[in-house]
Amino acid sequence: MKANYGYKDGSGEYYITIDTELCNGCTKCVEACPENVLEVVENEMDPLAEDLVARVSDEHRKKIKYSCAPCKPTTEPRTLPCVQSCEPGAISHSW
Amino acid sequence: MANSESKEYWRWTESRWTNPDLDWKDGDIISAGVDVGSVSTQSVVMVDGELFCYANMRTGSDSPDSANNSMNWALDGTGLPLDKIEYAVGTGYGRVNVPFAKRALTEIACHARGANFMYGPSIRTVLDMGGQDCKAIRCDHRGKVTAFLMNDKCAAGTGRGMEVFADLLQIHINDVGRMSLVDVEPEPVSSTCVVFAKSEAVALLRKGWSKEKVLAAYCGAMAHRVVTLLERLGVENDFAITGGIAKNIGVVSRIEKELKVTAPEPSIDPQLAGAIGGALFGKALVEKARKKA
Amino acid sequence: MTTIGIDLGAKNTKVVILRDGEILTTASVLSGFDQKASADEAVNNALRNVGIARDEIKYITATGAGMDAITFANDTVTEISANARGITAVFPSVRTVIDVGAEEGRVIRLNENGKVVDFGINEKCAAGAGAFTEAMARALEVDLEKMGEMSLKSTKAVPMNAQCTIFAESEVVSLIHQKTPKEDIIRAVHDAIADRITSMARRVGIEKEVALVGGVANNIGFVDSMTRNLGYDLLVPKDPVVPEFIPAYGAALLAQDELNGG
Ligand code: SF4
Ligand code: SF4
Repeated sequence: MKANYGYKDGSGEYYITIDTELCNGCTKCVEACPENVLEVVENEMDPLAEDLVARVSDEHRKKIKYSCAPCKPTTEPRTLPCVQSCEPGAISHSW
Repeated sequence: MANSESKEYWRWTESRWTNPDLDWKDGDIISAGVDVGSVSTQSVVMVDGELFCYANMRTGSDSPDSANNSMNWALDGTGLPLDKIEYAVGTGYGRVNVPFAKRALTEIACHARGANFMYGPSIRTVLDMGGQDCKAIRCDHRGKVTAFLMNDKCAAGTGRGMEVFADLLQIHINDVGRMSLVDVEPEPVSSTCVVFAKSEAVALLRKGWSKEKVLAAYCGAMAHRVVTLLERLGVENDFAITGGIAKNIGVVSRIEKELKVTAPEPSIDPQLAGAIGGALFGKALVEKARKKA
Repeated sequence: MTTIGIDLGAKNTKVVILRDGEILTTASVLSGFDQKASADEAVNNALRNVGIARDEIKYITATGAGMDAITFANDTVTEISANARGITAVFPSVRTVIDVGAEEGRVIRLNENGKVVDFGINEKCAAGAGAFTEAMARALEVDLEKMGEMSLKSTKAVPMNAQCTIFAESEVVSLIHQKTPKEDIIRAVHDAIADRITSMARRVGIEKEVALVGGVANNIGFVDSMTRNLGYDLLVPKDPVVPEFIPAYGAALLAQDELNGG
């Protein structure tokens, strides 16, 4: 499943996509993220299964553009800790 | 009070229904789904996966009360007591506040499951346009989510955004869609933001545009916005629209036109999708527990 | 040498008349439907203030969202350049300019020569601009001018969850119903917008000194929230011009630079 967390508002589109087929629930992204944006929980989109997957926490979904701002300077080349820490490559950002 | 009530142009009609052909006493698994949304609350009771009764009403200031009231109204006159419901699932924004629910499930999973029931297993894309959010879901033939996208941050493209316009133009929310169907489609308003779109609308009215034309410009913008959101996910047929906006022909017809698809007519009130999905999951969870036992 | 700077903003049209580097007068009118007419009106008001004839003006430079409508201007410049020019004239030590207008928030970083090195814009979402505070003032039934003062009287930080202006309106209404003091709600409103502006500023990078301009900079409650959020003291222009005239002032200065040979 491709889970897109975030929003689109008048200023643009801000989504973090987590591919739950790739995510193995290792929690490395949770440790890497300086803003506590990510968490690993039971896959809520499949209530009949019990696998663990990463997601963006409720608290950050509506302000992800601002939560992730420190990781995304306008000038310097950016390396996103969450994307880098994820070995299977399950995390991507839309902006 | 009566006066201020009449100014609420966004009010829609509440409803309830009982299946005349079903006797709950013959059933094995009685399950329920309660979708406590920000605007409306739906309670659905299913007997062995078949629709038995439902109620759809406006959410009050208190989620547990809203859940109780809607369930009581759904059960009203059916003779089915609440404690005969084996598994109730809460979903929607107030899902953790359903006193009699055994489990709270995300509305995305419930909507996909509900749409699969309402429109059939060929449904692959569900667009749920609710009062305060907009969700796009892709699912498989069993109604299992394969991709989703949610937007509950921004009022643009939600029922709330539409209410702002209904209020501004002093039109009943139920009439917005029909009134927006003008002969010559105007250029959509350029701002996505509801606040800025509203200023644009005020300027257009001052310029002499009719209410209908302004509504058309807004519905057009809203449809376009939703379509661009859907593009992230990809649209696969069959495609269905659920949620309150599904009743707004002005938005639905414009989305269909832009996507070049036709959403099937729902046989059941599309606002019930979440609650139906919840009730179906309730049944599946009972079966799963029984299998384990 | 007399020049004019016009800033045709989303809400107000502002004019500054400059003679040999000194501000002669300023004027502001509401930006109407006909943007050129608004610009004309503002210019005429300013000229009338000081009794100058229009043909004494050597150069007119326009900036702001509607600058292209001002067909009588000799030149147009971006709001970023106008802001940078205006603020460095007031505060030469400024390296970061935070500009919060009615429909847009901007952060501009300058080098020691006052040249723009980077900037970020929050646009087209009312939640990141002055329109947010205006809408909240309306929901609270408080005069916009009183918002600043009132929020300084707040004794308690209350959380504000909605990130959208429209949803925040409903949240404010329900906070009022819960009998939350208006002072505390107003502080929450200012904290919310300050939070958004600050995170944008962090992306661009903040370097001292930091100046705050744009109409919202007049709001002392917002300035207070920004100061708390950033952990820096902010410079707010007062003399010779107040925050909302900085772009017009900058445009007038750029007009003068133009006449002086760039
Ligand atoms: S970009 Fe940074 S703040 Fe955002 S989720 Fe990744 S690690 Fe966390
Ligand atoms: S763009 Fe407008 S409607 Fe959307 S979040 Fe921002 S303020 Fe709200």
